[in-house]
Amino acid sequence: MPVTNYRTEQEFFVDMQRCIGCKACEMACSECETNGHESMIHVNYIDRAVTVQTTVQVCMHCDDPVCANVCPADAITKDEFGVVHTANTARCIGCSNCVMACPFGVPKKDEAYDLMMKCNMCYDRTSAGKKPMCATVCPTQALYYGTREEIAKMRPNSTPVNNFIFGKESVSTKVNIMMPKGSTSLIID
Amino acid sequence: MDMSLNKKALFIATGVSLLLISFVFYGSRKLQNFDPALIIYLFGTVFAFFGIVYRYTVWLQRPPTWMYFKRTFQFFFTGKIFLHVISFAKEFIQNIGFQKFIYPRGRSRWIGHFLMATGCTMAFCVTFPLTFGWINFTMNPATSINPSSVHMYEAHFFGFKMFEFALGSFVAFVIFKALYWCSWLVIAGVLIFMRRRLTNAGLVATQTFEGDLLPLILLLAIAVTGLGLSYGYEYMKGIAYDYMAVTHAITVIMFLIWIPFGKFFHIIQRPAQIGAHIYKKEGIKRGMAICPHTHKEFATQLHINDLKIVTKELGFDFTLEDGTSHLDLSPEGKRSRLAMAHLKARQQNGGNLFG
Repeated sequence: MPVTNYRTEQEFFVDMQRCIGCKACEMACSECETNGHESMIHVNYIDRAVTVQTTVQVCMHCDDPVCANVCPADAITKDEFGVVHTANTARCIGCSNCVMACPFGVPKKDEAYDLMMKCNMCYDRTSAGKKPMCATVCPTQALYYGTREEIAKMRPNSTPVNNFIFGKESVSTKVNIMMPKGSTSLIID
Repeated sequence: MDMSLNKKALFIATGVSLLLISFVFYGSRKLQNFDPALIIYLFGTVFAFFGIVYRYTVWLQRPPTWMYFKRTFQFFFTGKIFLHVISFAKEFIQNIGFQKFIYPRGRSRWIGHFLMATGCTMAFCVTFPLTFGWINFTMNPATSINPSSVHMYEAHFFGFKMFEFALGSFVAFVIFKALYWCSWLVIAGVLIFMRRRLTNAGLVATQTFEGDLLPLILLLAIAVTGLGLSYGYEYMKGIAYDYMAVTHAITVIMFLIWIPFGKFFHIIQRPAQIGAHIYKKEGIKRGMAICPHTHKEFATQLHINDLKIVTKELGFDFTLEDGTSHLDLSPEGKRSRLAMAHLKARQQNGGNLFG
């Protein structure tokens, strides 16, 4: 990657209980230059039959990304800042392995492009020291980008968690999810 | 990154390279038709060939790649092989010949890529057989003796005469200047892509010099020096010929030996896309997977089953307590389950919103 002003002290914090489903993040995400103006963020109803609660999902930028591991074309890479980049357009063969293997359900396959695309934390902005588009527009701060000190001051009863248990698999990530104070992991079973 | 030598790949690459050398030897009729002026290009090509086969073999050994490779051949050679051949040929023309999938990503992007790809492919078709001594040209002796007759030129392939054409004819013009056309196509394509890479903010942020710009610069240098060679002796009395010959050779050799390691390897990888399409088509025939959360079809069951095998081979185990797998869920289902797990954690903590 070229020389950057990436600010390593800043992190991403997601709190889905705050998501109101306004989709401002989707609109903002489509402004990101690195996505080719396609929205990469996911906002969906959790279970529309019983609740109006929505959930928001950005790429969690795993420490050992399953998407990159299962890619048969070596199209997905992680950089020195821990950002897992979207598929290399020259290499991606559009097989959807990453789409189906990501435990967070993040990568999207664009059938017309025959290409996988995913959030790369607005690398055009974060590499220039700015915040990702979605986090700058979220009205409820379900998506927040800043320092650990800032989030600790704003959310005294929450703890950022970046360890997720999927059955027998433990996945650690660069992006945090806000959990009740004292939590160490989020168990998905 | 694993830097150790892969013995299987080394063995296969060495074997295939030796086979290529023997084809060069016999294809050029025991070097009778081999042009010694091209010896440096031959070394570069054999090295590139070795590197490509080595990397390809290493690449195939990765669990996800091997799974696709294995399945594609299983499907291709079972059932209606003839239909598979037709479908493969159709996909090859559309996706490799015309790179159809790039068009929706942007018209100028497709035009640029198509020009570069066509120019390079045509150049490969001309230069590789020439370098190997598989193609050579001779003067028809009967017409060359008589000064008043039309001089005929003969084209040979593997030493066999293919056809002949008159010197000075349109056919001669097209054939002798084949690499001119290739160069102009490549130059036009490279300029379109360079403009894109220098002005698109997203690309500027993510591209690297060696990964994205250098390949374009290299292609441009090859095409310009190649044209310079010919135009140099046509219009400049050969003044710059030596310089052009050396720089052209250097840039071409750099291009060749870099194919296995850099961006150009995507040329070799791209046909795998057709394999992925065959895999999907066959998977649909065998049945779709239904997400236990959304209750909708989302992928082929074959794909999900294979992914469970591949992820385990890679050291990931998404088996849940009830014996099912997290991979049985669709992407939307996974996102919802994550949110539900978050809600559960909140409920276990008193149930109130926390801040």
